[in-house]
Amino acid sequence: MSTSTPTPSVAPVVATAAATLIRTPLSEFWRKFKKQPLALAAAGFVVFLVLLAVLAPYISPYDAENYFDYDALNAGPSLQHWFGVDSLGHDIFSRILVGTQLSLAVGFSSVALGAIVGTFAGLIAGYYEGWADRIIMRICDVLFAFPGILLAIAIVAMLGNGMTNVIIAVAIFSIPAFARLVRGNTLSLKQLTYIEAVRSIGANDMTIILRHIFPGTISSVVVYFTMRIGTSIITAASLSFLGLGAQPPTPEWGAMLNEARSDMMTAPHIAIFPSLAIFLTVLAFNLLGDGLRDALDPKLEQK
Amino acid sequence: MFSYVLKRLMGLIPTLFLVAVMVFLFVHLLPGDPARLAAGPEADEQTVALVRTDLGLDLPMHQQFVRFFVNAAHGDFGISLRSKLPVSQEIMERFWPTMWLTLTSMIWAVIFGLFIGIFSAVWRNEWPDRLGMTLAVSGISFPPFALGMVFMEVFSVQLGWLPTVGADSWRHYILPSLTLGAGVAAIMARFTRSSFIEILKEDFVRTARAKGLPERIVVAKHCLRNALIPVVTMMGLQFGFLLGGSIVVEKVFNWPGMGRLLIDAVEMRDYPIIQAEILLFSLEFIFINLIVDVLYAVINPSIRYK
Repeated sequence: MSTSTPTPSVAPVVATAAATLIRTPLSEFWRKFKKQPLALAAAGFVVFLVLLAVLAPYISPYDAENYFDYDALNAGPSLQHWFGVDSLGHDIFSRILVGTQLSLAVGFSSVALGAIVGTFAGLIAGYYEGWADRIIMRICDVLFAFPGILLAIAIVAMLGNGMTNVIIAVAIFSIPAFARLVRGNTLSLKQLTYIEAVRSIGANDMTIILRHIFPGTISSVVVYFTMRIGTSIITAASLSFLGLGAQPPTPEWGAMLNEARSDMMTAPHIAIFPSLAIFLTVLAFNLLGDGLRDALDPKLEQK
Repeated sequence: MFSYVLKRLMGLIPTLFLVAVMVFLFVHLLPGDPARLAAGPEADEQTVALVRTDLGLDLPMHQQFVRFFVNAAHGDFGISLRSKLPVSQEIMERFWPTMWLTLTSMIWAVIFGLFIGIFSAVWRNEWPDRLGMTLAVSGISFPPFALGMVFMEVFSVQLGWLPTVGADSWRHYILPSLTLGAGVAAIMARFTRSSFIEILKEDFVRTARAKGLPERIVVAKHCLRNALIPVVTMMGLQFGFLLGGSIVVEKVFNWPGMGRLLIDAVEMRDYPIIQAEILLFSLEFIFINLIVDVLYAVINPSIRYK
């Protein structure tokens, strides 16, 4: 039983012979995922980041926005200030911690928003085809016609600066990618026999789409979701860096880098720690995404 | 070939039309009255009314759209609210620095990306692969603005080898284009690697090896052309990434390009500039994708006859 697709005649025998060895999609996923040390480490780091983000208000040694140490302006790392002090006297370590909370929240909520809308649009487009498909895909084409961050800038220019608008902007720019992905999956899934069977026992369209087609698309959506979080964190930080997102003194990583620009010559540590924070966070999500893809994507299995 | 290009051009018309509509609507979706925005905050009612007629904002929507479209086709995007200069003139001054920056980034990114990808695929799961893929995943994860600042710190501030900001000589191009190209090089490397691994498994590769060709020739002559097909498509998509990335990188290096103009315009609510820039960036992106599609057809004849 080395193949992952047992023939129907063998499957029940195996199931009765050893109930503990039944291969559920979850156990199958775990079996492949745990073989990848890098992805496991990345998953561990993501969990650690989430814990940091949740605990940030309780464990940060100083107030991120309202604490000022005027005696140590631009001071480098020390025992008192682990990551040093910025030009206004803020403790950089505290700001990075609180920034973790902001970046994860923005990354996660914007991708979640984009994934929900995009997945639903993709299901409708793929299932009904015809005019619904044409309209949805045409909208996606137009959204794709604006290069990445430009769309986000246009949306922020329309809605005004601020974190909420950044989330909306990044979400909108994630929608078409999810819609295309799910549409493709739906188109092939709905040709399968089990969908025909469900339809012939009289299930309505919504039941078929949500209970029978949607589960088939979940694995690719999860993979893409994870990979997208990294991109979204970078996009949100870029907008803040450009001065269009979080405004000072909010401890957003991109905004912190923007502030650090003027002190590059004298105090490079102010720029280094936020850069590292973004890099490690995004790297963890990208490695986790790669691992999930290798464990979930059946196309790679044959290799 | 000609009919293929023509067909692709025709296919662009609906997208172009919708992009134009969206850019046109942009001004009307802004909070507040566009005429009031154009006239300035201290203008009185009369001036605002005058500006409204002057800009044609009192016309019905469809007439305004036709006007916008005809003017845009003539390269007339109105007057910048901030500098009072024609928008087209402002943009023309900024167009080439951005174009050159994007092109140099693309060229080095493609060369590096291809080499890293091929080396990784040929020595799969050995140290060149591990090194290459570590570099690639780092390149994808490092935000361009942070990378730019690190480069500037190391090469300009600490070592003093290269200038920090501006666009006066070729030396000014090195750091910004490295920064902008890093992400693309990383994506190209990963993509080339997976495309090449597929090709190396093909029968014709085995045949080439079986007839005694040296591995160097098998890779360079037999695999490269086939592996390039998906890579070229990827290049087109990455150009959009570069155009977007240039906005951020231009801010880091104080580059006199379109990206910085756009950011200044968003800050000042200079909407004629924003409108023209969004349109121009999208047109550039759409046409680059067209060029890529044509290139694709050149490399892969089976596409042409579908």
